[in-house]
Amino acid sequence: MSLELNKLSVITSQGHKLFAPVDLVIAKGEVACVMGPSGVGKSTLLNAIGGHLSSDFRVAGKLMLNAIEVTQMPVAERHIGILFQDPLLFPHLNVGDNLAFGLKAKVGDAKQRRRLVDQALEQAQLTDFYHRNPQTLSGGQQSRVALMRALLAQPQALLLDEPFSKLDLDLRHTMREFLFDQARLRLIPVLLATHEPAEAHAANGPLVTLQP
Amino acid sequence: MLFNHWPKWLILIALGMIILLPVVVGLGEAMRAAFGILPALGRHSLSIDAWQQLLQLPGLISSLRLTLFSGFAATIIALLLAVFGSSWVYNKSSKRSFLGSLKPLAQPIIVPILAAPHAAIAIGLAFLIAPSGWIARWFSPWLTAWNLPPDWATVQDLWGLSLTLGLVIKELPFLWLICLVALKQIDVTKQISLAQSMGYSHSAAWRKVIVPQLYPLIRLPVMVVLVYALSTVDMAQILGPNNPPTLALVTMRLYNDANVNMLLPASAAAISLALLMVMSILLWEVCVRGLMLINNVSIRSGGRISKWTLLTATLTTALPMSIMLGLLSLLVLAIWSITWRWSFPEAWPTSWSYGYWLALLTEWPLALKHSLMTALISSGLALTLAVIWLEVQDRFGGHFYRATLWLIYLPLLVPQIAFLYGLKVSFLRLGLNGSIGTVIWAHLLFVFPYVMLSLVDSWRALDQRYLSVASSLGPSSWTCFWRIKLSLLLRPLMIAWAIGMAVSISQYLPTLLIGAGRVESLTTEAVSLASGADRRLVGVYGLLQALVPLLAYSFALMLPRWVALKNMK
Repeated sequence: MSLELNKLSVITSQGHKLFAPVDLVIAKGEVACVMGPSGVGKSTLLNAIGGHLSSDFRVAGKLMLNAIEVTQMPVAERHIGILFQDPLLFPHLNVGDNLAFGLKAKVGDAKQRRRLVDQALEQAQLTDFYHRNPQTLSGGQQSRVALMRALLAQPQALLLDEPFSKLDLDLRHTMREFLFDQARLRLIPVLLATHEPAEAHAANGPLVTLQP
Repeated sequence: MLFNHWPKWLILIALGMIILLPVVVGLGEAMRAAFGILPALGRHSLSIDAWQQLLQLPGLISSLRLTLFSGFAATIIALLLAVFGSSWVYNKSSKRSFLGSLKPLAQPIIVPILAAPHAAIAIGLAFLIAPSGWIARWFSPWLTAWNLPPDWATVQDLWGLSLTLGLVIKELPFLWLICLVALKQIDVTKQISLAQSMGYSHSAAWRKVIVPQLYPLIRLPVMVVLVYALSTVDMAQILGPNNPPTLALVTMRLYNDANVNMLLPASAAAISLALLMVMSILLWEVCVRGLMLINNVSIRSGGRISKWTLLTATLTTALPMSIMLGLLSLLVLAIWSITWRWSFPEAWPTSWSYGYWLALLTEWPLALKHSLMTALISSGLALTLAVIWLEVQDRFGGHFYRATLWLIYLPLLVPQIAFLYGLKVSFLRLGLNGSIGTVIWAHLLFVFPYVMLSLVDSWRALDQRYLSVASSLGPSSWTCFWRIKLSLLLRPLMIAWAIGMAVSISQYLPTLLIGAGRVESLTTEAVSLASGADRRLVGVYGLLQALVPLLAYSFALMLPRWVALKNMK
């Protein structure tokens, strides 16, 4: 179980490389960081790995997930979860249904699915939040729900695009620990885009700095 | 507190007088007549005779069935296509295909259909799909062996299929545009990416994530389309079956009956039609709620793949077909307008003539003058009213905006035929009937809501900080309003005005009824000529009808650019 970037780079429609090709291996349960000044293409790299690039861009190099090449695979078949800066909880669903959205269809009957959602709520310290409107939650609570939703989908890898940058310092620290624990527990390779050295240090994993 | 807000109340009362009062008075008049009170005919006592007369009309049940079928089918199909079309616009993976490369063209290509009045599309469609229509001519006689048009009812068919088709073709671009505008309020791209990263297919993500957020934003325009489809008179006259016709047309015919006593059952029919709208809206909303509940269950179940390949395939074919038919309808109007001889089964006219157009250059027909005058004045008034209304809200707080929204749209949610005849009776009593002024007023009822609908979002989206910066520099609030606010909003203002022009040009009943037959317009002429024999003249009027709004749109798009070019070299 690992995520492997092999001379991976993104090419614009004019044929320019956005950044120098990236080589990186992230083992299971490991949290790697990608750093660089804003605008260098951290989000674009993450989008390339997740398969979310707009058609103006092309991917060069190779992306391996668990020894299978996924460079050109459609998003829905990659099983690579992503968290954006905003938690993006779906406003038309309550907190519990947002989590249930992540659960795969083949996971059990209604009762079992409900139990899994409740379990996830408990892990996120949000017991009894099932029926809450997500917009009434605090920023930290929303981030935890978003993370649990991504994890319930059982991703093979997880990408995080400065996911906690809108939270205040204390909360950011707690969220980070929560994320690292979950990744280790579930043995998922994680790639975190950040511009904060402290965050990269705390991740304690491989580090790449994007060069234009 | 109340006193401080007097401008707000003043404009609210003015709007009530201008927009609401005519609807209420018209409906009230119809209601009185439905229950036997029509002083003009010497009827002063309450009775339910009119209702009995109405119920005894032959074919009433068939009319009801036809109305409900064509109205609901057209709205459902147009909405499905519009939502599907929007999802296609946002689908990244389809961009690389041939169809995907057409994406940037999608919006400009629907503008002519959007701008063209309903009647023009209906007439063009009839010229296209009739047994002697253009499509039959393409394939005759080499494929069909027809040397004479076949005896088929492809237009005005008993089931109302051609009427439904016409409604879909015309309403699809409107709903599509409404969807695309509404979707700008939702972070579609990121939410879809997120759902896809959890394994959802694009169509499943669209149905489970985007549609439930989209629908509440477009509910009101959808209602407007539903009401229009259930109660249109001009389209039903051109494309709908004759015997029995739709309920709106039944009402219209009763009103036009040579026997004036039929005014009473006609009013009963008008009231029934209004009630039918209320029930249809309720039924629609109940069904939507039900579907949303089912959708929620399916969201909880976590299914990632949409298994509706058949539906998707159907929509993929129907969407370009519908737009193509709309454009061809306008094209065939244009061809007929410059035809001299075009006998069946020739695919193209055998000789051409620009006679009608040349005649237009020397003397404008009265219908064109009336249409232009009504459209210019009513859209100008509507725009002024809308700006005053929005500005007063900005200055005095917009707390009761939501509640008044439905009131503003009321004229679009009541069938025109249900209150316009009553309004005509009231105008008659006041001696105001048949003047261009009252026709303009009647147009304003329908122009104003559309102008508001198109202006309100851009108005609210304006960055207030520009105004703060401007007023901190010292000029009066009026200067800021003119030089900053209206200048920044020039483009949406112009587009709202152009939409107002298009809506006014397309009005049929308000001109016909309130004008008492004395004020002819492009649309009333086109509709009355449509049943006649001279397709060339119909082509001219139909095309003119479509050209005026199109010119208005072009002007609306050009003017802001021109102003910008002039100011910045």
